[in-house]
Amino acid sequence: MLKLLNKYAQKLVSHGLCLPDTPLVGGVNDRVLWNRKDPRTAELEKIIAGLNINSIILARPVDPFATILDYHCRNSESEFVPEDTETRTFLHSIPVARSLRAEEIVPLLQKRKGCVIEGQGIITTGTVSPEQAFVVFSSIIFSAFVKFFVDYAYALHSGPVDEEAQKLLPQLLAAYERFLPVGPPTELATGPFSAADEIVQAMIEAGQATVDARMVDSFFGNISYFANEHVYISQTGSSLDELAGCIDACPLDNSASTGITASSELVAHRDIYLGGDQRAILHGHPKFSVIMSMLCFEPDCKNRGKCHIRCEKARFIDDIPIIPGEVGTGPRGLSRTLPPAVQGRRGAIVYGHGVFTVGNNDFREAFTSLATIEDACRAAYLQLIGELAAQRE
Amino acid sequence: MHGWCGKILRVNLSDQTTDELRLDPQIYARNLGGKGLAGELLFEHFQRRWDDPLLPLVLMTGPLNNTASPTSGRMTVMSRSPLTGAVCDASVGGKMGTLLKRAGYDGIILSGKSPDWCGLNICDHGVSFTDARQLCGLETSAIHHRLQAAPGMEKGAHAMIGPAAEQGVRFAAIVFDGHYFAGRGGLGLVMAAKKLKHISVVGNQKTAIFDQTELQAAQEEIYRLVAASPILTGDLGISNYGTGALYDLMRSRRMMPTANFRQTWFEHSAAMNASAYKKRYKTKKFGCAGCHILCKKVGIKGEIIPEFETMSHFSALIGNSNLEAVVEANRICNEAGMDTISAGVTLATYAELSDQQLTPDKMLDLLADITTGRGEGGALGQGALRLATKAGRPELAMVSKGLEFPAYDPRGAQGMALAYATSTRGGCHLRAYPISHEILRKPVATDRFALSGKARIIKISEDMNAVVDSLTACKFLFFAASLEEYARALNAVTGLQTSAQQLLATGERIYYRERIMNARNGFAASDDDIPARFFAESGSSSATIQVAPLDRQEFLQERAAYYRIRGLDENGLPTAEKCAALELPC
Repeated sequence: MLKLLNKYAQKLVSHGLCLPDTPLVGGVNDRVLWNRKDPRTAELEKIIAGLNINSIILARPVDPFATILDYHCRNSESEFVPEDTETRTFLHSIPVARSLRAEEIVPLLQKRKGCVIEGQGIITTGTVSPEQAFVVFSSIIFSAFVKFFVDYAYALHSGPVDEEAQKLLPQLLAAYERFLPVGPPTELATGPFSAADEIVQAMIEAGQATVDARMVDSFFGNISYFANEHVYISQTGSSLDELAGCIDACPLDNSASTGITASSELVAHRDIYLGGDQRAILHGHPKFSVIMSMLCFEPDCKNRGKCHIRCEKARFIDDIPIIPGEVGTGPRGLSRTLPPAVQGRRGAIVYGHGVFTVGNNDFREAFTSLATIEDACRAAYLQLIGELAAQRE
Repeated sequence: MHGWCGKILRVNLSDQTTDELRLDPQIYARNLGGKGLAGELLFEHFQRRWDDPLLPLVLMTGPLNNTASPTSGRMTVMSRSPLTGAVCDASVGGKMGTLLKRAGYDGIILSGKSPDWCGLNICDHGVSFTDARQLCGLETSAIHHRLQAAPGMEKGAHAMIGPAAEQGVRFAAIVFDGHYFAGRGGLGLVMAAKKLKHISVVGNQKTAIFDQTELQAAQEEIYRLVAASPILTGDLGISNYGTGALYDLMRSRRMMPTANFRQTWFEHSAAMNASAYKKRYKTKKFGCAGCHILCKKVGIKGEIIPEFETMSHFSALIGNSNLEAVVEANRICNEAGMDTISAGVTLATYAELSDQQLTPDKMLDLLADITTGRGEGGALGQGALRLATKAGRPELAMVSKGLEFPAYDPRGAQGMALAYATSTRGGCHLRAYPISHEILRKPVATDRFALSGKARIIKISEDMNAVVDSLTACKFLFFAASLEEYARALNAVTGLQTSAQQLLATGERIYYRERIMNARNGFAASDDDIPARFFAESGSSSATIQVAPLDRQEFLQERAAYYRIRGLDENGLPTAEKCAALELPC
């Protein structure tokens, strides 16, 4: 248990989300264990006593995330509700607490998997593993970040602009610069690949590089390669920086269902391969791509509020289409919208969700496209808010 | 009331009279329905023998039945098991749960014993009894056909027992709507002891909903998660392949029980997977009322495609490589109304005891003998433990508390070892279902070859599944959704203001009460165990996967931790302190 607690404490630090020695991670079996000593564990153990959980994380993230969380806390009565896919599908809403007192926190965590404590950070729980708490922690950071920038742009366009948000913006953008995509730390392998071992190795390497390049938080996203009439794809809920042993080989003819644990996007990946000459797909959730996908100023649109499933408008960032589609295979799932959108292109952005990029032989092209799309989206966002601000003046 | 009807039908089969039980709303809120409410109503009767006419057999719906809440078509059947003597509840699909609510009842309490075989008929306008002697000896599909042919009952729900229950088979099932089974532990035999051949229900009433808009929002949340679940609705998931989709996974993880759990890998399994059935029988899908996943599969000629457990036990466990024989074995069990898991393990025990490899014909002959009591069928119908004990080799019965193990070898998913041991029903995978995280990676993956640290996870999962079976929802949905979304649905339907964690507390109380019920019947730590084989013998390892024996010391340490977490004493018995905290009698 202690090993797991330390692993996720370390992961929060290595992903740049928290400063060293700050995350507090607790695990519970028949007694409570902590990754380190801290005066707050007494109150946290009261919280644990009020819940049926086996793990808990309390940590204050670094800036810009901490400042954004505090901003949302100040501007929310009891919770805030981002509109990205992570929130819509998994978080539902993000409760807000004003203090680290069990009486205040327990009722919030009885309802949701995590909450934000104003000025103190995020507290999240798991019932099976600290990994759950880590995933929720990272999701809250992602969703809160996206919400801030989406809300700000909409406010510039059509509402009153919050003065505090306006004041915070330059410092948040500056603080975020160290999270911007960078090139792969090492040159990715050159394809095409045919042997299973070679494919798996290339996927592990590309997954790690994508996380290291800060283009995706580790558990978000998925990756696949097509060869030998099989789609090799990362398993559901696997971390892109821990893919060893977490790749399923799924035969195209479905003659085996071993891949039942494969990513929920298997059908989308498979249909992309069947519709073109691509061999590699990389999917991540770079933040400004998600933010830009959620910004549309179409007046009186009949689909407003249902953009994630009903958008009919042809929207692009450069040559990259922005498309609707929910996670998975439902009637409005991205398994239906994504494959035709990607045909003949470098990739596509799914509304509120993330970016899919493709490569013809290996992951180098897909990796580069993911980075350049995110760069383009960030540039487009800065240009957009500049123009909107100018119009207001 | 919203969600609940507020009345439960009480039936005395001895004199064929009925009345209505109206419980305090607080009792509903505290027990929800299904397993919880059935446990509440059985509690004081639970020291009676399974064949005591005064021991009730309870059928109970939940607050979500007959509403738009996803997978709300299920219900619970509960009594004391003739096979194990322990608590025995089954979550069953089909449409009985929905129609019982439409007839105006939350559930049925059956007690007494009819002078001769009878049927119970329930509709909006009342309750009647019919002579059912003419249905004896018939296969369940024939019974179902006749019941559906009765005037006004073609759209009704029908629960029945088949020849196996009439013959005294201790793992006889109750068959619902021809395809759904209260399968485990011999609930069919309890029904037979009451000389009740069938229950037929039809109704048209609506269930009152507290907040329809909020229910729709909850429904959308749940559907969104289901669509995002590869296990449920993915191309290789159970919507397309049925629960048989798990077969390849068990094979690839080298944890498929083979040759009565002496091995964990079956050499012919690649050719007997769900894809092979789909290709051979050109399957179509169907499912329970109120469910869009449709996990049941039927062949183009009406062949019922076996569920995962049946596929596995009638192939690997027995050493049968004939696909058609698996389908036929499944048909025999379904038509006789008996549990395929117990039947499969009992045959595997027989094969090991007699040191023989069962041919497909021999397997089918023995199953037929169980349904008629011919030859060795009478002894086999008593289940694996009684069979092995009679032969002086009880250690060869792969059971816990006398209930035969399903198709997950605990050496390949070690949380399953503790889950089998602590299950109040016995060798059951569904109480804690650690396969969800150890194999299926939901909600996140855990190390399948580690047992240490899993006691609390098992306890929380037992509590969660107690809630699921009380709501009464489908456990499969919880590969995708969680109690967070279902709390919203429950609140919308009933007007309660509960949360995921408060529901877990409700589940804890429901599960602890079952520990008390078992303790009163003599169950203790020595029963919370699994066969010695799993601690002494390796599974079938490969070059990359080592399937080692379980560590006995580690198992005992984790079980002790489980007792501390659950609030039991060192012998696994309820404590006065915990009973008081949960407001339960000790």
